[in-house]
Amino acid sequence: MWASINELKEKIHAGSSEEVVAEYLERIGRSKLNAFISTSGESAISRAKEIDANDIEGPLAGIPVAIKDNISTRGIQTTCASNILKGYVPPYDAHVIERLKDAGAIIIGKTNMDEFAMGTSTETSFYGATKNPWDMERVPGGSSGGSAAAVAGGEAPIALGSDTGGSVRCPASFCGVVGLKPTYGVISRYGLIAYANSLEQIGPFATSVRDVTTLFDVVAGYDPRDSTSVDKEVNYSSSLENNVKGLRIGVPEEYFGEGTDEKVEKAVRDSINTLEELGAKTTTVKMPHTKYALAAYYIIAMSEASSNLARFDGMRYGLRTEDSDWHTTFSQVRASGFGDEVKRRILLGTYALSAGYHDKYYLKALKVRTLIKQDFERAFKDVDVLITPTMPYPAFKLGEKIDDPISLYLADVDTVPINLAGVPSISVPCGFSGGLPIGLQIIGKHFDEATILRAAYTFEENTDFHTKRPEGM
Amino acid sequence: MYDNPDGVMIGLEVHVQLNKLKTKVFCGCVTDYHNDPPNSHVCPVCLGLPGSMPVINKKAVEAAIKIGLALNCKVEEHTQFYRKNYYYPDLPKGFQITQYDFPISSGGYVMIEGEDGELRVGITRAHMEEDPGRLVHEGTIDKSKYTLIDYNRSGMALIEIVSDPDMRSPKEARRYLDKLRNIVGYLDVFDGNLEGAMRVDANISIMGGQRAEIKNISSFKGAERALLFEIVRQKNVLRRGGVVVQETRHFDEAREITLSMRTKEEAHDYRYFPEPDLVPLKISGWAPAIKETLPELPDARRMRFVEQYGIKDDHAKALTSELKLAIFYEDVAKKADPKTAAVWVCDVLKGELNYRDLTVEAFKKEHMLSVLELLAGRKITEDGAVDIIRTLLDKGGSPEEIIKEKGLVIVAGDIVETAALEAIVENPQAAADYQAGKVKALNSLVGVVMKKTKGGADARKVREVLIAILSDGFYPPIEREKIEKTIIKIGDVMVEVSKPIANLLKKMGYV
Repeated sequence: MWASINELKEKIHAGSSEEVVAEYLERIGRSKLNAFISTSGESAISRAKEIDANDIEGPLAGIPVAIKDNISTRGIQTTCASNILKGYVPPYDAHVIERLKDAGAIIIGKTNMDEFAMGTSTETSFYGATKNPWDMERVPGGSSGGSAAAVAGGEAPIALGSDTGGSVRCPASFCGVVGLKPTYGVISRYGLIAYANSLEQIGPFATSVRDVTTLFDVVAGYDPRDSTSVDKEVNYSSSLENNVKGLRIGVPEEYFGEGTDEKVEKAVRDSINTLEELGAKTTTVKMPHTKYALAAYYIIAMSEASSNLARFDGMRYGLRTEDSDWHTTFSQVRASGFGDEVKRRILLGTYALSAGYHDKYYLKALKVRTLIKQDFERAFKDVDVLITPTMPYPAFKLGEKIDDPISLYLADVDTVPINLAGVPSISVPCGFSGGLPIGLQIIGKHFDEATILRAAYTFEENTDFHTKRPEGM
Repeated sequence: MYDNPDGVMIGLEVHVQLNKLKTKVFCGCVTDYHNDPPNSHVCPVCLGLPGSMPVINKKAVEAAIKIGLALNCKVEEHTQFYRKNYYYPDLPKGFQITQYDFPISSGGYVMIEGEDGELRVGITRAHMEEDPGRLVHEGTIDKSKYTLIDYNRSGMALIEIVSDPDMRSPKEARRYLDKLRNIVGYLDVFDGNLEGAMRVDANISIMGGQRAEIKNISSFKGAERALLFEIVRQKNVLRRGGVVVQETRHFDEAREITLSMRTKEEAHDYRYFPEPDLVPLKISGWAPAIKETLPELPDARRMRFVEQYGIKDDHAKALTSELKLAIFYEDVAKKADPKTAAVWVCDVLKGELNYRDLTVEAFKKEHMLSVLELLAGRKITEDGAVDIIRTLLDKGGSPEEIIKEKGLVIVAGDIVETAALEAIVENPQAAADYQAGKVKALNSLVGVVMKKTKGGADARKVREVLIAILSDGFYPPIEREKIEKTIIKIGDVMVEVSKPIANLLKKMGYV
């Protein structure tokens, strides 16, 4: 059951939100995807009843939405897919949750993810890996794999994820759905449990650009509780347009480098041709510092993470081991509460910030970040959008890379520069390779979501990749 | 010239809690938690709950700039917050938001009274940070079975004022601390009487050794004691041929000693890096307007008091040592004689307040003015004035009531005179004895007069009057050579008095 927001609204109008929510919950209940860590069955149903009874209006009135489990939801367990936060029920809602509730949306559950969003496959979750709806033996991508799989598998019409280095776009690409990473600062991070604050943004998933835009419009906007939040309300739904005439597309060859799957490259180049046929103009652009992006990204992300995750000491919430003195207890809590990948990143980040290494790693990474930003600024002088593959290859097999962290990190090569630069980027389905979806990445200027949404919408309106559904769901 | 024989160098890090701000530094929690239950002034931000984010309190930044300016610092154009990473249960995020590069102000100084005259103590920097929570133990730390954490204090705005190592003795350190409290107190940003309002870490070295940082000092007196102990300890180490190593030491207040906590090798690596959730603040435009709002600071006020009111510098210094006291004095001095007011406020009232551990707020200006007025009008004695001030502090009331109750009104001169004559008439033997050379006989007469005037007479004055009447026989004491003396008989006793007195006694029907 895949339905757009508009279709669901009609269904709710004809029937009830309660029926819609119950149907999704039932589907989640018998799913084998493991897309959800927890579902909020009773509260979702009672909220649906409330909306039915009171004819509550709103852009998402009565529509179920799935939330990545690193976004704080008052009264609903929020674990970041970690053992250390098992049982942690936030006493407050993230800004995006407040906005969703105001819009009438119904939180149906919290989706699986890589532990603390650290991963590209949703295999590092303490609650088990999520499976790709297109091939149950493959990963859904990550770290927002649960949200992408839920949408691709028809277990939620729309979902929120978070994108620190590609964590929305990668699973969108692997699962054949649309995923947007907005400009840094457009969506408040208040309530998003931080992995790497300076890089991440919450982002919407849906089966179409239109629904992604609707969800984006609801959750974006200024929030004084996030100092990096930009004072700007967005409304892109009303201006979506099937028109790319005169659009200047830049194609950075650095993104089609070694390790890029041939079929992926072909699908992306074909898509660029499609847009050209629709009136866009293409040029090649140079982004010479792209090759340093991965190293800089991982140093910055891990450094910030090492500090962000220091608060999990078992003293106030979450996992608590047998009480002993403070040092013993917090060491035990962290030893048994964090998974291997999280520990690896805390250790590496701690190392990168240590006296004697700080300048060599952390400061150098910041300098690279500046150079990468300049690459984008330079490129955007001549073009309106950049188009690249989202991922160098389609979904890989469960277990294939999990024991090889470096090869997993390399998978982020086309997504991390975008986070370093803070620009917006969207992944839309653009083809298949061996029955697995391929994602097209459209990157825009700061705060120019309008243009990438328009390009993506036009592409969607003129192709049918986004209408394909996995079998056996 | 102070030659600092041991080469003592002391630098202090003082934490000032901006407890007069309405809210904490990064969240909206209100700061008046001191009388409330533990963990009642907390929110996701100051509890460091996952997903919460700090937002800078602009008022705290203004206060920080104010302090920087008052300490003659340069206020930076941009300021930035950093994370200082370390694990401690009172630190709910596992890091403290503080400043590192780009502190809000730096490069200032304060003037103190040094061992050999004025001493300029450099201010390295004054930066903002958040206060951690507070650990609470049942009984003592050693005996408590568990530790409780109160996060009410977590996220309170602190200013850390770091001095250059310019002080050469514990006494200078103490004076620096007093001066700092004095200056910051003038800025209306903190209440020094609240618990933990000012906390001190001290760095000290002597010639030939490395520095020790002393933590856990909870009072200014403690700072002085800890430093005195350290000088002795470090000298002893060197005298025995040892090496004074760089280390962090803990002050044991009860035993007045310092104990090693960790050496340089064991020092924390705080892994400072910019707080990504707080954008750099451009504050260059703020300082000029804030400078306008700066009050007259202690040194300037002290000089003005000397000039404007003609009072002694010692008095001016004492009066300006606390803003409230300075305001109190000035309000009084405008309506009374400024010099007398300085004496009474500074020497009497302040002493009585200190003795009772009270601030000047415990005494009303109007009462001070009445007391000064009564004194000026010679309505009460100085002793009576002190008695009134003490009674007002201990029991309250008004000066008028107290005077009435205690009968403190000075008895007018003619009444003393009459009482003295009565006393002589009623006790002629004592008068005769005195005139015969028994000086002590006068005491009993004084006692009688005091009784007659219900203590309202000035004992010294009574003595003068009696002596005038009896020893010279002259009274009033004018143009004594022109006054003829005569001997009168009171009862069986012969007493020599002046004619006016004799006439007076006759008139009164005594003779």
